[in-house]
Amino acid sequence: MAMQFYASPEQIMRDRSEYARKGIARGRSVVVLTYEGGVLFVAENLSTALHKVSEIYDRIGFAAVGRFNEFENLRAAGIRHADLRGYSYDRRDVTARALANAYAQTLGAIFTEQSKPFEVEICVAEVGARPERDELYRLTYDGSVYDESDTGTIAMGGQAEAISEVLRGSHRPDMSLQDALRLAVRSLGSVGGEGGQPRRLEAGQLEVAVLDRRRTGRTFRRITGAALTGLLTAQEGEGEGEAAAEEPATGEAAGAPEVAGPGSSPADKSPGGVDPTAGGEA
Amino acid sequence: MAAGFDPSGRLPAVFTTPGTSSFTEFLSLAAPDLLPGRRPLPVGASADVSPHATTIVALTTADGVVMAGDRRATMGNLIASRDIEKVFAADAYSLVGIAGTAGVGIELMRLFQVELEHYEKIEGAMLSLHGKANRLATMIRNNLGAALQGLAVIPLFAGFDVDAEDPAHAGRIFSFDIAGGVYEEKGFDAIGSGSLFAKSALKKRYRDGVSLDEGVRLAMEALYDAADEDTATGGPDLTRRIFPVVMTATAEGSRRLTDDEAAAVAEEVVRGRMENPGG
Repeated sequence: MAMQFYASPEQIMRDRSEYARKGIARGRSVVVLTYEGGVLFVAENLSTALHKVSEIYDRIGFAAVGRFNEFENLRAAGIRHADLRGYSYDRRDVTARALANAYAQTLGAIFTEQSKPFEVEICVAEVGARPERDELYRLTYDGSVYDESDTGTIAMGGQAEAISEVLRGSHRPDMSLQDALRLAVRSLGSVGGEGGQPRRLEAGQLEVAVLDRRRTGRTFRRITGAALTGLLTAQEGEGEGEAAAEEPATGEAAGAPEVAGPGSSPADKSPGGVDPTAGGEA
Repeated sequence: MAAGFDPSGRLPAVFTTPGTSSFTEFLSLAAPDLLPGRRPLPVGASADVSPHATTIVALTTADGVVMAGDRRATMGNLIASRDIEKVFAADAYSLVGIAGTAGVGIELMRLFQVELEHYEKIEGAMLSLHGKANRLATMIRNNLGAALQGLAVIPLFAGFDVDAEDPAHAGRIFSFDIAGGVYEEKGFDAIGSGSLFAKSALKKRYRDGVSLDEGVRLAMEALYDAADEDTATGGPDLTRRIFPVVMTATAEGSRRLTDDEAAAVAEEVVRGRMENPGG
């Protein structure tokens, strides 16, 4: 009979944590931050088809780093959770807090019950009607939840702490979209360069999306193509900290070609409670 | 507690099982009691126990489609509601209108909206317009039992086909029967008790390639004609300022005309009828 070695529970948990942390640190990073018009997601992602950032519901977005199959599974489960709640109750009853809770229970159970933990770190963000109502939750592989609504910034993935430092150093909740994107790209590029040099990230290396506070119905928008290049080139042309031309940039972003499609139509309203403000929107 | 929620708070296994992008299929596993068509009905006919929604018209234009519905719901000889809404945006590029048992129709349409949005979010891409029509047909088919007992509901589906080669012919209309048959219609179509009269009106006035504004006007005229001949269809209510719901789906997306815009068109139609009641 094979010899059974004793391993203490502390040792098992430590090993699992280390395993999960290593897996997460291998991937490229994602940052999430609030800005004056909503919540901005910026991911370093070379693929245009495999997303790290996604829409969950009207005012809720999702971002993740780590193993794709694992966070994709959580993403789909989150959409099902949100759609089922919205269908059984009302669209307003779908909240980021409830979803973060469900994710925490799920990740926690997987961490303790299964031999291999999920190698993921995820963010659930909800855009509020006012900036102080924005909610940002970060969830780690063991089911811990960190409420980052006060700081308004989240960095996940490899070298998250260094990125987070850059983010928190310059983040303000009343930043324009352009300033916020500029800061996000600068923070992502602050690590991983040769000899500690900052890297320059191009539009093709980024996946960018926002939860737009000013929209009714579905607020999630991807910023791609010309709109993204426009926002990034303006970044080079202008000096640091200049907030000019933020409004056209926001408008351009909203009209960008995107997969998600214009969801601000009255389709997004539950027919039971028709929102009069959505009626005339193009 | 609502169905599909685990007491431990974690997401139940059915949520994390990969495989389906359909909300209805997911519901059939997670909360089958929420699906219409799964509930046992008492024996016998159940018509006239609940409000009926009536006339919907839709027509294609050079820019997309127009759909309009009157605001009346009836229960036998009574008016159950004078401001019910029966035309909705199914998603960003398509519209759906319902006729028949209002309660079942509204539930079905809500489920259809979630179905389309759910697919779009999970897949990261929208269903094709024909795919949406087929999905709706499946839902109607599942209601056949109830339909035969008098709780029939018939939708009219129209949308802008973003994959169409020629944008001038991207507007499409689909009609359905209670057995789940789906038929693509050319030019225009109407459903509900007043549809006979609305279609007759459209047959005389509709021309291929009308503009969007003309299309809105034509739809309003057709509803007026339906209300003129059919007691279950409501005309423009000038005293209470209740006007038909008019929606469009074009390359810019689906949109509902504001109350003021719809009122302006309706008032113009009524003015025209003051001089010539036949239109």
